Amino acid sequence: MASALINVPARAKRGEIIEIKTLISHVMETGFRRTQVGAVIPRNIIRRFVCTYNGTEVFSADLHPAISANPFFVFSTVATESGTLAFTWTGDNGFSVTESATITVE
Amino acid sequence: MRPLIGLVGVFVLAAAAIAGEISPSERKSGYDFMARETRAMQDDDTANPGMLWVLEGTTLWTRATGAAGRACADCHGDARASMKGVAARYPAFDAAKGRPVNLEQRINACRVDRQQASPLAYESRELLALSAFVARQSRGMPIAATIDDRTRPFLEAGGATYERRQGQLNLACSQCHDTNWGRQLAGNVIPQAHPTGYPLYRLEWQSLGSLQRRLRGCLTGIRAEPYEYGAPELVDLELYLMWRARGMPMDAPAVRP
Amino acid sequence: MPRTSRREFLKAAGGVAASLGLAAVIKVEPARATPSEMQEAIRKTIGAGRVTPGKVKLELPPLIENGNAVPLTISVDSPMTEAQHVRAVHVFTEKNPQPYVVTFHLGPRAGRARVATRMRLADSQNVTAICELSDGSFWSDSVSIVVTLAACLEDGI
Repeated sequence: MASALINVPARAKRGEIIEIKTLISHVMETGFRRTQVGAVIPRNIIRRFVCTYNGTEVFSADLHPAISANPFFVFSTVATESGTLAFTWTGDNGFSVTESATITVE
Repeated sequence: MRPLIGLVGVFVLAAAAIAGEISPSERKSGYDFMARETRAMQDDDTANPGMLWVLEGTTLWTRATGAAGRACADCHGDARASMKGVAARYPAFDAAKGRPVNLEQRINACRVDRQQASPLAYESRELLALSAFVARQSRGMPIAATIDDRTRPFLEAGGATYERRQGQLNLACSQCHDTNWGRQLAGNVIPQAHPTGYPLYRLEWQSLGSLQRRLRGCLTGIRAEPYEYGAPELVDLELYLMWRARGMPMDAPAVRP
Repeated sequence: MPRTSRREFLKAAGGVAASLGLAAVIKVEPARATPSEMQEAIRKTIGAGRVTPGKVKLELPPLIENGNAVPLTISVDSPMTEAQHVRAVHVFTEKNPQPYVVTFHLGPRAGRARVATRMRLADSQNVTAICELSDGSFWSDSVSIVVTLAACLEDGI
């Protein structure tokens, strides 16, 4: 059960630049660690993060094992219209989580 | 005569240092020993990874479970009110068990007795989520574990463990955390070991973990056999550490390096 | 065959035992990337274009308490208009097991070219950020950081 914390302002003025913070729980296993007996722990990471604004991609990231566990991103977007911001994380082993937040733009 | 007096002075000072206790005015949370960036990670609830467990705990709080089909909320209502100050006074005496129990054990006792559910494994995701959620409700409140005739023997047992040399490195907790706090051990500063922020997100673990996990880690570090999770030695030590930190504000879920 | 002296025998035996003992104790370390591997990764990512230092600013704490979660912020001085904006920002390391860290895809809808995240750093090293502008140019910034290790490294629960 993956939990995600999204921080998006509920309201904004048209044209205002808003800051968005996202935090998702994921171990981001690098594939370089070994168990006590020397067996490699297989890679298991989130590979892609996409933010869409009423369906249009406004920000995305390609992740590699060097991103810390429980990936955290801060980015910005222009508040163009009221609607939905959708956040999707996809990765190894079929990992796929989508969260959304609504914003009212006046 | 003068050199002799000087020598006596040194012995008195050394004795005071060994006798241990950090004076109340000198007590500092582990927060104060951290770098600015790590502190910023703790201060921002939208960036603090520990809040992911609190978020999950919020969901578990209202989820019916066990043969009794009860959720924590069914008895305890809104945790913001009912759990306020609770974590700050644990470990607390459990009359049925005749000894103090820590927060995790109290949560499991509720699960078994009231919800007729199986106890959650120590350091399991759910137990950490629930204890983080409950501890969060004590944020800012002064630590106040009750010390009375019932709990005093366990406090003293915990204190004895704290002062006792253990492990292949033959070190006592007090030697690092009472006598040498503020000094460097390899690359890090030794904190005073006040458990104000547990359960906390430790960067070294890349996960949230309990105070017992940290204590076991320390014991392994001095090359001692760590007590099992839930062992009376660990709970007594938790009680002692919370008593030692009495009055200090809780800041769970904290972030530490 | 000449008789080996007791001292010589012990020295030889000690040397072998010590090397065997050391091999048993040393944890198998993952291969580390090298500065040249980082350069190769950069070329693979952005192609043959020229990279000029400037415009992009990479912020990392100079002394890091724990390499598992190091906060970094990247900002580019750009109006972020349709005509002039940052297309992407790439981050690389020299001495992590592999050189890639992250690529952020921006664009005029970002409003501001400023992103932050937390990364892993295996050792004291240089971290490089390269931004790609809408006019096809590439700009870079590099930061040298020191990573301290915990006194007692833990393995598991």
